Amino acid sequence: MRTVFPPATRAAGGRIALGVMLLCAPLPALAVQPGEVLKDPALEHRAREISEGLRCLVCQNQSIDDSDAPLAKDLRLLVRDRLEKGDSNQGVRDYIVARYGEFVLLRPVFAAHTLLLWLTPALAVLLGLFGLWRLARRRAPAPERRLSPAEEAEVAALLGRE
Amino acid sequence: MIVETGHFALALALALSLVQMVMPVWAARSGDPALRQTTSQAALGAFACVLFAFAALTYAHVTSDFSVQNVVENSHTQKPLIYKFSGVWGNHEGSMLLWVLILTLFGACVAGARNSVPPRLRANTLGVQGLITFVFVLFIITTSNPFSRVVPAPLEGRDLNPLLQDPGLAIHPPLLYLGYVGFSISFAFAAAALIEGRIDAVWARAVRPWTLTAWCFLTLGIAMGSYWAYYELGWGGWWFWDPVENASLMPWIAGTALLHSTVVMEKRDALKVWTVLLAILSFSLSLVGTFIVRSGVLTSVHSFATDPTRGVFILAILVLFIGGSLTLFAWRAPLLRQGGLFAPISREGALVLNNLFLVAACATVFVGTLYPLLLEMLTGDKITVGPPFFNATFVPLAIPLLLIVPFGQSLAWKRGDLLAASQRLFFALGLALATGLAVLAMTWGGPVMAPVGVGLGAYLLIGSAMEIVSRARGYGARRTRSVGTIARRAFGLPRSAWGTALAHAGVGVVVIGIAAQGWAAEGLASVNPGQSLSVGPYVATLDRVAPRQGPNYEEAGAFLTVRDRAGNEVGQVETGRRFYPSRQMTVTESGLLTRGFSQVYASLGEAGKDGSIGLRLYYKPLVLLIWLGAVVMALGGALSLTDRRMRVGAPAKAKARPATSGVVPAE
Repeated sequence: MRTVFPPATRAAGGRIALGVMLLCAPLPALAVQPGEVLKDPALEHRAREISEGLRCLVCQNQSIDDSDAPLAKDLRLLVRDRLEKGDSNQGVRDYIVARYGEFVLLRPVFAAHTLLLWLTPALAVLLGLFGLWRLARRRAPAPERRLSPAEEAEVAALLGRE
Repeated sequence: MIVETGHFALALALALSLVQMVMPVWAARSGDPALRQTTSQAALGAFACVLFAFAALTYAHVTSDFSVQNVVENSHTQKPLIYKFSGVWGNHEGSMLLWVLILTLFGACVAGARNSVPPRLRANTLGVQGLITFVFVLFIITTSNPFSRVVPAPLEGRDLNPLLQDPGLAIHPPLLYLGYVGFSISFAFAAAALIEGRIDAVWARAVRPWTLTAWCFLTLGIAMGSYWAYYELGWGGWWFWDPVENASLMPWIAGTALLHSTVVMEKRDALKVWTVLLAILSFSLSLVGTFIVRSGVLTSVHSFATDPTRGVFILAILVLFIGGSLTLFAWRAPLLRQGGLFAPISREGALVLNNLFLVAACATVFVGTLYPLLLEMLTGDKITVGPPFFNATFVPLAIPLLLIVPFGQSLAWKRGDLLAASQRLFFALGLALATGLAVLAMTWGGPVMAPVGVGLGAYLLIGSAMEIVSRARGYGARRTRSVGTIARRAFGLPRSAWGTALAHAGVGVVVIGIAAQGWAAEGLASVNPGQSLSVGPYVATLDRVAPRQGPNYEEAGAFLTVRDRAGNEVGQVETGRRFYPSRQMTVTESGLLTRGFSQVYASLGEAGKDGSIGLRLYYKPLVLLIWLGAVVMALGGALSLTDRRMRVGAPAKAKARPATSGVVPAE
């Protein structure tokens, strides 16, 4: 699905895009290399958890856990290094954000500049409900006359004969 | 010569689409209905021309005519024949030509369809289609000409990107485009209705088969693309919330909402304005998707800035169609009379809720995809909106949506009884809850969300089955307990009822497949031949690593034997790394071993200095259900398409309707 069509190589921009794609394409390497894995399984589990949420800076929409780019490998090693030095998960994230910026987080922070982003689902539902409520009020049907039991029976008989 | 003729045919298609666009207007002004016939002929002619142009490009690709720029950039003499065909649309120019080919194909289908679409509606629809064709053919001719030559012609081409040399990619774009572009028909119908200022159940009935067709293809296309990404990209994920994926998901969600609101409009003559808006939005989102994929604006803002011709052209198309249609909507929609009323608790009400959640989900994906771009443009801040965001926002919207599916199905039209519906669903809810709890008990200590998901999927499956059973059993005086009668009546239910149940069951299957990924396992190690790596309930042993020669690549293949924990052999897997010399690119070929609906997934890494090789194994329980469920959904759609109502089209007398349907069309 991703990189379905390579951008035309003729255009200069296309070449950049293609370059980015080649950097991140499933090149021979695996994402996490066996050699990178930490000895302590608990620590390694935490490292995987953190790196799943960090973005490979040269790829499009790939976590450093999945990426084969050399830069992603550097970041994976950095994460493990910080963990071994005793940082908490959030400490590692903060450390990396301080160096590479918010861009590196796959899950955007909840702050003023991302307020609209995070509130979109709730706003959309509330706006929809509000619209429906307005519509229902405007077009509230006049109270209908209930059918008498005799009429009900007749309707049931008619429906049964259909 | 053939290539130049193809180019000429494309120019001819441009002229014909202009005729197709103008004729309905002329017919309306002069009052001569014969002119409308010309519209249909022009639509058929435009299709023939684009088909010829496409065939000409295919000819150039298959014969490796390296005097054509497009062939040089995307082909190679050694490339297998199937990829010489698929290479035609494996690049920007060719894929745009395919886009237009499918657009004109749909136009030709509308022109040739023998159902009783009112002539004026048909002509206006084709006119709007003509405008779309015109603009896109103009785009191809002016900015993305696939027929341009190179002098002198090189001896060898640069080959197709190896990632695209895969059977999945041969069929994925045509399926996807059949879906994307199919929504242009719903769009054209909506615009035609707005121009006429008239919309009714006839319109809904005329447009529904087209929407349904497009939706089925889009469902298959997305599933195909997801499966391709799963086995080709080598890290076992099946959905990445990539902008390109989101670009196809958004029209799908909007199209799903459209399908459901069209049902309300056809049956109850309600939600007219909303349906028209959704038809406009579905195709607009297809156009946004085309813009996202084709302009490269999300891959890199720089690539857009350095070569803006194409991007700006598509942006202009977006403004023209989205802006134009929404303006038309704002101007003409008040003319559309509001139809049937209904109580909040009714099947219509449930479908409105369905639309609410679908549109909210669509808006979330839309904002999530474009937010980083807008934020960077406005403030310069660079942020990433990745999978964790979408999982955190999309899933909470999807769950209530799925929960109301069986409820909606068991509510009556116009005014339903929530209590009675709950009682009817009591069995489904109880059984699903029991299933979830049983799974939770069996996998105690594992992830909690997975059994919840399995329970939800079971609820959808049972709900679909219940829908058929309760309809067959009948209501009121016709209610029966005889199994024979129920079976006979179920058999006689309209195909659209079966189609609906099947499609909803398909959703349940997808949900179970997704939920089961909570139990997926992963193993990673450097192994030498003879060594083993265990994953989930299996152990894989590396037998040997051997080189192989493909038609246009060299491959290092690894051969694994997979055994269960007891040591019994369950199968062989081979995985490899292919090196394509023409592009100097290496691609991993993942190895898959299918056991029932589950898979063992092997992917190869770098070779170590000591002869060992990096091996990554995944155990993916029930993973195939994700795509099989999508296929079931599409099959349900296809089954509905064969319903008599769809074939007949316009409001025929309801005499042949099976008596069990229990629903009387609103008209």
